[in-house]
Amino acid sequence: MKTYQLPEVKIERDKDRCIDCQVCVRQCAFEAHKVDEDGDVYSEDEKCVACQRCVSLCPTNALTIKDNTPFVKDNANWTAETQKYIWKQAETGGVLLTGMGNPKPYPIYWDHMLLNASQVTNPSIDPLREPMELRTYLGSKPDKIDIKMVDGEPVLNTKLAPQLMVKTPILFSAMSFGAVSYSVCEGLARASKELGTFWNTGEGGLPQNLYEYGPNTIVQVASGRFGVHSEYLDAAAAIEIKIGQGAKPGIGGHLPGEKVGPVVSRTRMIPEGSDAISPAPHHDIYSIEDLSQLIYSLKEATEYTKPISVKISAVHNVAAIASGIARAGADIIAIDGFRGGTGAAPTMIRDNVGIPIELAIAAVDTRLRDEAIRNRVSVIAAGGFRNSADVIKAIALGADAVYLGTAALVAMGCHVCQMCYTGKCNWGIATQDPYLEKRLNPDVAAERLFNLVSGWSHEIAEMLGGMGLNAIESLRGNRLHLRSIGLSTEEMDILGLQAAGSPMA
Amino acid sequence: MKRVYTKEEACIGCRLCEVHCLTEHSRSKNIIKAHKKEFPRAISRVLVEELRPVSFAVQCRHCDEPVCVEACITGAITKDESGKVVHDEEKCVGCWTCVLVCPHGAPRRDLERRKVAKCDLCPDRETPACVEMCPNRALVYEER
Amino acid sequence: MSYVIIGNSVAAVGAIEAIRRIDKETPITVISDEPYAVYSRPLISELLAGQVKEEMMGYRAPDFYERHGVEAKLGTRVVSIDSKKKTVKTEAGESIGYNKLLIATGGTPFVPPMKGRELGRVMTFIKMDDAKKIEEMLPELKHVVVIGAGLIGLKAAESLHHRGVKVTVVELADRVMATVLDVEAGKVVQDALENAGIDIITGDTVDEILGDNMGLVNGVKMKSGEALDCDAVIVAIGVVPNAAFAKASGVEVNRGIITDDHMRTNLPDVYAAGDVTEGLDYLSGDNRVMPIWPNAYIQGKIAGFNMTGEERIFTGGLAVNSIELFGVPVVTAGMSNVDSDDLEVLKKSEGGSYRKIVLRDNKVVGAVLVGNIDRAGLVTGLIRERIDISAMRERLLADDFGYIDFPVELRKERLGVAL
Repeated sequence: MKTYQLPEVKIERDKDRCIDCQVCVRQCAFEAHKVDEDGDVYSEDEKCVACQRCVSLCPTNALTIKDNTPFVKDNANWTAETQKYIWKQAETGGVLLTGMGNPKPYPIYWDHMLLNASQVTNPSIDPLREPMELRTYLGSKPDKIDIKMVDGEPVLNTKLAPQLMVKTPILFSAMSFGAVSYSVCEGLARASKELGTFWNTGEGGLPQNLYEYGPNTIVQVASGRFGVHSEYLDAAAAIEIKIGQGAKPGIGGHLPGEKVGPVVSRTRMIPEGSDAISPAPHHDIYSIEDLSQLIYSLKEATEYTKPISVKISAVHNVAAIASGIARAGADIIAIDGFRGGTGAAPTMIRDNVGIPIELAIAAVDTRLRDEAIRNRVSVIAAGGFRNSADVIKAIALGADAVYLGTAALVAMGCHVCQMCYTGKCNWGIATQDPYLEKRLNPDVAAERLFNLVSGWSHEIAEMLGGMGLNAIESLRGNRLHLRSIGLSTEEMDILGLQAAGSPMA
Repeated sequence: MKRVYTKEEACIGCRLCEVHCLTEHSRSKNIIKAHKKEFPRAISRVLVEELRPVSFAVQCRHCDEPVCVEACITGAITKDESGKVVHDEEKCVGCWTCVLVCPHGAPRRDLERRKVAKCDLCPDRETPACVEMCPNRALVYEER
Repeated sequence: MSYVIIGNSVAAVGAIEAIRRIDKETPITVISDEPYAVYSRPLISELLAGQVKEEMMGYRAPDFYERHGVEAKLGTRVVSIDSKKKTVKTEAGESIGYNKLLIATGGTPFVPPMKGRELGRVMTFIKMDDAKKIEEMLPELKHVVVIGAGLIGLKAAESLHHRGVKVTVVELADRVMATVLDVEAGKVVQDALENAGIDIITGDTVDEILGDNMGLVNGVKMKSGEALDCDAVIVAIGVVPNAAFAKASGVEVNRGIITDDHMRTNLPDVYAAGDVTEGLDYLSGDNRVMPIWPNAYIQGKIAGFNMTGEERIFTGGLAVNSIELFGVPVVTAGMSNVDSDDLEVLKKSEGGSYRKIVLRDNKVVGAVLVGNIDRAGLVTGLIRERIDISAMRERLLADDFGYIDFPVELRKERLGVAL
């Protein structure tokens, strides 16, 4: 069928600079660059996904990819995007699919929050000269602790629940092997070890070669139960039950059979080439009590040595659900906001379901405090953290730590073209094609991730010091260090923030 | 001695090593001029072999007992004190004996100049161009 | 203690360089009847063609002897060896003592007994002086007959052609380069020569060289009865080991000096290397004279090491030939043109390109490449290392045959470890 879809980008090739080396031709899995019989290189705009791989690798900077948003007659309702979706579905009859997180211009509350700093009183701290503690512990804390004196020395008399110690309040979010390449997993695992933090297998299982990184690995138990077995649980530092994902709350996952090669097949424990379908719900969980059973099954299975996390999407009732999860016995609650990424989701769901993580953090933290159970769980926030300021604001709002997914991918080369679901990722990230996967050298991936998180951690230390704080835990839930700007009263209420300019209470 | 080694699991077959090798061995060392304005064009001394998904770059291995040195009829190829196998273009007459004996198939024929071209480990640089410009660290320059 | 080397070409250099890798002290004396510092003999055709100048003929840098602590007695001919007294005697009567002696006197062109061979302008073509002599007579040469269509004859023909001389090559066999090329490859080469304007007569030979009353060549009479006018004849049928003086001194000589796997002769502390020897053939396992440049270097090197006491074994020579004639490159390796029931031949002919691989028991034992010869060494390497090619058989004839076609482990070993 003749497509009515219009090219969204224009590839400009500066012929004076192009040396016909064909690097672009070889690098584009979407075949937007081609070479003719004379050895002349040319491009086909309509195939370009604007992943910028060719631009990055072109040795003479001969290529530019430009926005070519199709001109449709001025109409706020029937925009070029709306029409594109309709043409696509009229041609395929299918569900619109996409990748990455919600790109719509919903409010980004981070950009409406301002951090505090010390002046004169409570002087600021210079993290280059004085100790600065970014370390924190994730897990359930006791309601009170009992100390007894032995030979004049205080000794802790309370048995503590297992904790995850992170050297910086930044962890890597769940991204499953299968959705992402093995190189991504290896890069995340190695970087986590170097950084003293954790990566998360997602529901893809733990590839055999990465068991050595178990002490820095959070393994997931999701609705498909892929790759879950006792060694898997034993290898991990913590176990996460995945209930939902910010990009597609309420629906399951689907890894197409083409991506299930030999290693994915072994790791997920499913036949090679078969689709891996994660159901929308866990078929054994229909209540908080059911969830509690799974939490305790996992605790039993691992002899109460590992924290159990429960990951949910940020949805309208997130605070009440979080309360239930805390009461069900979880040690950690991970909340994924609607800007959280995905390898594949129906576009309509990604763009229209769920709530921003900022509101969810505040609502959950407030609720758990009000119920006096905030100590029982740690809260990890996820979903579109873009920089260190977002992270520190999340902690001030009430999170213990954050998960980075998209930012980690971008660090490894992702240019957010949102074509993850095609499996043709030119950056070697969201692909199982061995030819494409090689493009991400795990050495490079690990180094770039390490650099990113180190950089953010330095910035967080600077900002903390500026506020006169010397430990990240002193900031957690300390919303007085935030002020809102340009928000409605309702939003300020939910966030628990005062307006910028209002005095310290 | 330091040699260039290929890591085939990281080679992405982009052939940028060839592009930068050619540039480094051109007169101008300007990538655009070297490819579009210089005649005869310089040629790359590194060759990428590919059968997707596998690819890797091959260049002179600077062997310990180089057959090419023994076979070269003009004495153009010698092994210097550092262990480098060096090729004197002035002396080369393009007899292709080295092409015939090198077990790696490393010496390349420069048909325009009727001379052989082989890796010289980029004497003007600290790290050979192919290694430095590889976008995925598939080439390393190290002692093994 | 001293090393003495008779001869001053590639085998001598191989020996000197090997000796100096082990022994930096002991004096080395090189004795050669030629007056030149070591030069590249294969380059004499380029010299004659005017493509290489005499000062570029050096095989090693001008300071080679000095840097290697070598005393070079050039223009001095050795006439005998006294292996009891451990001396060699020169034509001038000088006696030079040695502890270890290497005979590397190379080969002498074979000129068969025929009428007229003593005439002026009956030439051979293996030394620098040969090229110079031809250069001097060039103004008088309009037509030259070259006898023998081997490497030397054809290179001589090409050079003369470049200098504007009409050349006819006469070859007894039915094709050019008959020792190393089969009929198909020979034809590609012959076409190139003929297209360039060289006359080739095959299946015939010169019976008699005709001279004028000045005693200079003025024609040849062919075995077939045909007669050709010409101004000079170059005899390029082949070379024979230059071993007569050695034989007279008690060195055991068959066709060439017989050497063992240490390049030792039958006389104590006397070694031999290069075209003068009859050494081991890597592929056949027999001893034979193999007048091939790289082989001479390697034999010299092995002899050199063993002369110092550093034991090295000569594993056998592999015949490799590379020649380019009028822009058509031709390379051969090993048993490139042997007919035998135990051999399997793969071949492919396309345009001006020809590729032939000879197999024995799933191993490559011979190869011919004409035209596209890029990376021919990969095949030569397969021969030298006796690699089983079962896994790459289908790809051996491909123009882009490469490491990619090798078994993974072998390829990684080759690329990761210097050979």
